[in-house]
Amino acid sequence: MSVNESLAQTSNYLVYGAMAAYALAFIAFAVCFAAAKGRELPAAAATPDGSDAVLAGSVATLTRSKSGAVTQQTASRAAEGDGSLPPLPPGRRAGNIGMSLTWLGALLLAAGVLARGLAVMRPPWGNMYEFSTASALAISVAFLVFSLRRDLRWLGVFVIAPVLLTLGLAVTVLYTAAEQLVPALNSYWLYIHVTCAIVSGGALCVGAAVTGLFLVADTSERRHRAGRSYWLEPLAVRLPEALKLDVMAYRVNAFVFPLWTFTVVAGAIWAENAWGSYWSWDPKETWAFITWLAYAAYLHARATAGWKGRKAAVLGLVAFACFLFNYYGVNIFFSGLHSYAGIK
Amino acid sequence: MTTSDVKTTDPTDDPAGAGGDAAATSGLSTAPREDDSVKGLGALGWARWTWRQLTSMRTALILLFLLALGSIPGSIFPQRSVNAIEVTQYIRDSPTWGPILDRLDMFDVFGAPWFSAIYVLLFVSLIGCVIPRSMQHARVLRQPPPKAPRHLSRLPQSRTATAPPEADPQEVLDLAATTLRKRRWRLRAAAFDGTTGWVAAEKGYSREVGNLLFHISLMGILAAIALGSMAGFSGRVIVKEGTGFADAIPSYDSFTPGRLTDSSDLPPFAFTLDKFTAAYQRGGTQNGAPREFSATVTSRTTPDAAPVTTTMQVNEPLVLDGVKIFLVGHGYAPKFTIKDKTGAIVFQDSVVFLPQDGNFTSTGVVKAFDTKPELALQGFFLPTAAVDPQRGPYSSFPAPDNPAVFLSAWTGTIDASGQQTVYKLDTSAMKQVGIKSLIPGETWTIPTTGQIVTFDGFVQFATFSVARDPGTGLALAAALLAILGLTLSLLVQRRRVWVRATRDKAGATVVEVAGLTRSEHASVEDELDALVAALPVVSQPAHGSPPGE
Ligand code: HEM
Repeated sequence: MSVNESLAQTSNYLVYGAMAAYALAFIAFAVCFAAAKGRELPAAAATPDGSDAVLAGSVATLTRSKSGAVTQQTASRAAEGDGSLPPLPPGRRAGNIGMSLTWLGALLLAAGVLARGLAVMRPPWGNMYEFSTASALAISVAFLVFSLRRDLRWLGVFVIAPVLLTLGLAVTVLYTAAEQLVPALNSYWLYIHVTCAIVSGGALCVGAAVTGLFLVADTSERRHRAGRSYWLEPLAVRLPEALKLDVMAYRVNAFVFPLWTFTVVAGAIWAENAWGSYWSWDPKETWAFITWLAYAAYLHARATAGWKGRKAAVLGLVAFACFLFNYYGVNIFFSGLHSYAGIK
Repeated sequence: MTTSDVKTTDPTDDPAGAGGDAAATSGLSTAPREDDSVKGLGALGWARWTWRQLTSMRTALILLFLLALGSIPGSIFPQRSVNAIEVTQYIRDSPTWGPILDRLDMFDVFGAPWFSAIYVLLFVSLIGCVIPRSMQHARVLRQPPPKAPRHLSRLPQSRTATAPPEADPQEVLDLAATTLRKRRWRLRAAAFDGTTGWVAAEKGYSREVGNLLFHISLMGILAAIALGSMAGFSGRVIVKEGTGFADAIPSYDSFTPGRLTDSSDLPPFAFTLDKFTAAYQRGGTQNGAPREFSATVTSRTTPDAAPVTTTMQVNEPLVLDGVKIFLVGHGYAPKFTIKDKTGAIVFQDSVVFLPQDGNFTSTGVVKAFDTKPELALQGFFLPTAAVDPQRGPYSSFPAPDNPAVFLSAWTGTIDASGQQTVYKLDTSAMKQVGIKSLIPGETWTIPTTGQIVTFDGFVQFATFSVARDPGTGLALAAALLAILGLTLSLLVQRRRVWVRATRDKAGATVVEVAGLTRSEHASVEDELDALVAALPVVSQPAHGSPPGE
């Protein structure tokens, strides 16, 4: 089967177009973030004994949720849900522009990925370049999907940054011209496996961004309570409370974990079809296993006294680092059964 | 409206009232309780303590992390189970570190005693954790939800409302019960006794069921792996076009039996490779990259069965008698005829030359024992021959566009030291007598001995991996159950809701609605709202604090 060169070229233009849209979105989100009115961090008096921030935070939710007025609750939710109510707070317009540009970027990138797929007449994730562009798309789509349910303008900068970074790497270091695949990669289980890996990756990236921000907000809140300053405090005051970030990061990670588990299983099924053994401990498999264990440890930590909160968050970041290493590090540093998938 | 199918309890059987708060959360999770104290003295006390530590969440967490950490060297160092030759090479290349790493099992990480120790401990912990949790949850499943705590408004998520004066408290409770039952909550109720009455409801038991299913399935996966390594086998065979393979251990190039497999277990199938074809990309940045392989094989499951011809491709194994045969590689086998001085044929066969790079620059050895002196040819087969002034001869494309061999001839005694491998030549008792390149059909007379070598062309060979793993089905089933369990465990919320109706001093009916979930990220706020909306009540803020949003 031959490659449709003009479509492949169109795909490249679309990817560049998407990068431009994302770059503008990044600027808009940055303006939005900078212009946001910071919140008051909880005062020192809130927990005189200086106990664990998350515990303190959960006390805060308790009091909050005791405000049981049904009517008031629904009213406040309506106000929260509808961003178009005048007057726009500072930075709000920039945030809206950022969201629109992110949608535009995602559409262009989706078209680029699609064009690449049509150019080679196969799912367009057969090498590191294609994998990275699809992953960048997955990150931004995950962000956009999550943003349908809540206001995530504050998160924009922190998600568009990895999207741009991934695309930047893709078009420079990892670029591979459109070609057909080696026979071992021609399997529908592989397509299922890689599709799930890309979707998991996109969502886990958003989860990791929120986890990192949780650590910033939590540190800041603790220091503030102890009457000390923290250089990232200007960042923290523009973020939601630590507790909320913690819960949000958990939700994303917990939601993706079954999908990631399925990804590993689908990979094993493919390996069984291709090599006769469903698990052969090649570096890619080993790191998929390590990543899986790290996320399992994170989920356990969330349910273990003494590990909740910060330690669990650090584990969550370690788990994502394992995931990233499996994406890039393994292809670069190790040779194995998976190493034909991209750069030589 | 009736409460007959709802368990009714006397609301006054919790006289302390406060005791209800602890009861309210009981059995909501089966996670082991954290408890570090040593109870009782002596060996039994310590044994109990050790067991409790081993089966605690913290230990499980640490062991999970250790297992992840322990796997890392398995990706850094070459592994014997994956590539034994690379390991030998590694040890030879680093004489200081190699043996030390070897002593630490760094080349056999996944079979190492220390690695096994981690996962055995983890699984002991898992069993010790899951069995009591399962029994506990089985009990919980048969119990009604716990009674309503005395003061519902003290629970984290609650609403308080007042019913209109004409409302009957029992009717409010009945309505709450019906509403909840319609939404498939499990119920328990205490009828209004003149001052107070309540309805308790619980939902989401499948969360814990899913969690237990997940952890039990992990044991299933481990069992499947054990079964595979006990009762399975795997091997590799190289088959040249026109030749066959019969399933018996000597026909394998490498064979790894399971601990409980012996040669008599091998099914008596046989197959021949009729034809192998490969297609490669021509031109472009990936010039030479393989695009398609296929092998036409004729197989029979028993010696007298009818032969079946199949075309095999990568990712499409051939299954014979429960054994899967995979096409995993290929290469070239040049054909030679060697005659001695008298013109008698002393050697005539194709010889497998092993590919060294993506363009199939292949190396191999031809050994002719039936001639005096013994003659060996060592060298390259190049499907598309090219010569680089620095590197010497190499192949520039994987397809046989311009095949050639580059040979050096050795005479003397082949493999004098007694070590015989098909692909290597021991030249300790041999002398090199000449080098030559040949294209198909060409002939070379060995200078000192007069033997005549003809390069007759080539056939292709294919490498097959032959494997039987009786654990595969179990592993797959367990993995799918694990995913199902995990999904239930992470997406279903376990939650409790209580409705209490009280008549206050003024004679008004006060309705308190409260809920509890175990997982910190869950919320019953929406469900409480919906419940309140279904009741004939006038809602009012219970506490003065404004909404947090
Ligand atoms: C093979 C090792 C193990 C793996 C891969 C594993 C994995 C997981 C995962 C992914 C979860 C998340 C599900 C959830 O949050 O509901 C979980 C939860 C849980 N695991 Fe494990 N686990 C393992 C061993 C253990 C052991 C040894 C114990 C006993 C202490 C244990 C007890 C629990 C409990 C109680 C939960 C529920 C936590 C919660 O309520 O959120 N697990 N496990």
